[in-house]
Amino acid sequence: MMKSEPKVHVEVESRLENVELVQIAIESSLAQLDLSEDDAHQIGTSIREAVANAIKHGNRGDVSKLVKVELGIDNGDLLIRVHDQGVGFDEDGVPNPLEPENLLRRNGRGILLMKQYMDQIEYTFQPENGTVLEMRKELAVLRSNSAKQQEEEKQ
Amino acid sequence: MKIPARHRQGITILEPKGKITIGVGDVALREAVHEALEAGSTKILINLKDVSTIDSSGIGELVSAYTSVTNRGGALRLLHLPPKVQDILQITQLVTVFEVLDDEEEAVASFAD
Repeated sequence: MMKSEPKVHVEVESRLENVELVQIAIESSLAQLDLSEDDAHQIGTSIREAVANAIKHGNRGDVSKLVKVELGIDNGDLLIRVHDQGVGFDEDGVPNPLEPENLLRRNGRGILLMKQYMDQIEYTFQPENGTVLEMRKELAVLRSNSAKQQEEEKQ
Repeated sequence: MKIPARHRQGITILEPKGKITIGVGDVALREAVHEALEAGSTKILINLKDVSTIDSSGIGELVSAYTSVTNRGGALRLLHLPPKVQDILQITQLVTVFEVLDDEEEAVASFAD
């Protein structure tokens, strides 16, 4: 779980057009971090995939259910949590999109992209409280700021 | 958003711009490919030069388009992959599926093979 308090909260109804809205909101927050173009692309893509999955598969498009995204910094890492109100899924049951028989499937590549672009992703399934996806990415710019802060605190 | 299409030597060249992502551009791509197939075109070249972002939904549409075209005995090829799109095609190993070209003249000529 996120040790420090999240810095940014975004909460939307389960409508696919909100994927774009969440990404715009999060990207405007991330713009302050002066990320490299690659990091911004990788984080933006991961958030987009996570929110789309939460809306489509987690909440099954039920607009009465919400998707909540939290963004924070923990020990110099960027932490993103995406909550939905669905019943979860069997992670082992997700077909591997890289298997030859799955290469030409239309769907099923979102988790692969998140795993590739983030350093760690972990699902927590809570029977009464939905699913939480936590993603972590080490960012040089955050590590450097964190080290500076610790140095200042020592002085 | 309608995707611009032009024609050269019996080849339909689609030129999407901006995002091919869930709810933004993915449906437009599906409709453009469907329209080309309905018009009898089975040689389709998708020029991705001006595509800024693609996600798994957009990739899914490219795969679906590829399948639809090849099932009709045609060919679908990609032109001018931006680095971010190239990266995602590498990760998903779809570089092994799509024929990708960097030059329109060569791409057009390749359909004559």
